[in-house]
Amino acid sequence: MTATTTMTAECPECGAEWQVSGLTKGEIIQCPECGVELEVVEIEPLELQLAPEEEEDWGE
Amino acid sequence: MRLGILLSQVRVEEKNILARAADRGIETVPVYDREVHFDLGHRTFPDVDVVLDRSLVHSRAEYTLRLLSSWGIPTVNSFAASQICDNKFQTTLAFVEADVPTLRTMVAYTPQSALDAIEEMGYPAVLKPNTGSWGRLLAKVNTRAAAEAVLEHKAVLGSFHHSIFYIQEYIEKPGRDIRVFVVGDRAIAASYRNANHWVTNTARGATSSHAPITQDIEGISLHAARAVGGEIMGVDLVETDEGLKVIEINVGAEFHGLMETTDVDIAGEILDYVVAKARQTSGTRAGVAAERGTS
Repeated sequence: MTATTTMTAECPECGAEWQVSGLTKGEIIQCPECGVELEVVEIEPLELQLAPEEEEDWGE
Repeated sequence: MRLGILLSQVRVEEKNILARAADRGIETVPVYDREVHFDLGHRTFPDVDVVLDRSLVHSRAEYTLRLLSSWGIPTVNSFAASQICDNKFQTTLAFVEADVPTLRTMVAYTPQSALDAIEEMGYPAVLKPNTGSWGRLLAKVNTRAAAEAVLEHKAVLGSFHHSIFYIQEYIEKPGRDIRVFVVGDRAIAASYRNANHWVTNTARGATSSHAPITQDIEGISLHAARAVGGEIMGVDLVETDEGLKVIEINVGAEFHGLMETTDVDIAGEILDYVVAKARQTSGTRAGVAAERGTS
């Protein structure tokens, strides 16, 4: 569930590409270009989606 | 040892737990709450010895923990503890019943009766959603006019959750509260959460600094954890003129702020506790089976 190799990430919002490593499925990362929050939904192959909006029953 | 981890997203805390598990050679089985579906009549869950709940989503965690309990899979925390801690009314009542020092709290069901309760409590008072986290939708009401405005807004929010009015006394904090991390029968780390704002939540910008664990801090934190049947808990304390009081207690507690203030390996402590629990539970099961001649 954690990537051991370096991969190319592509922002689904602005199309920016950058190198990532050590990502874990379920992790939230930020696009370095447009700043949008992205969720790592798959590792192999790497798939990013816009992070879901926080809902009312989320939290600790 | 196969450790199931119930996840929504992987935060700093979960990344730490997964890394420490790998260091210890513990096999982890991540279960993402958005991906699962369950057949209630049949056990449909990976083969694991114990499940650590790190889900962000209270409703999903509660349903899953209830199912795992039905299927005889040990969990940390338990369904019962999670159900209490995800509901402020139930949490406060558990504290009151166990004589845990806490803040005066009132409950009402309509805007008018809530206004009556606030007037009885005195200003300022604090309105909190009965189910909520990260300091969201907290309101400090200083006057009757402010109370009327907040209550009117809550009445039209639509969700029935907002028609349970949870009203608490306002305590002037010394610019901080205390987060204590409890694992089993120990308080393993504590931090001050410092803020100029009356809401001292790291999700709302409070900063963390090291806090010593005094006997009083450990005592009240363990008392609070036992009151709700919790095993791994984040306990929030406030220093008052009458001594320490518990503000709230959290399952699935975050510790990213705390990690920066302590050398204690919080993720490692969590894993040690969960693994010990799994071994103990499996030993108990084997013992019962042997007694029945079924092993």
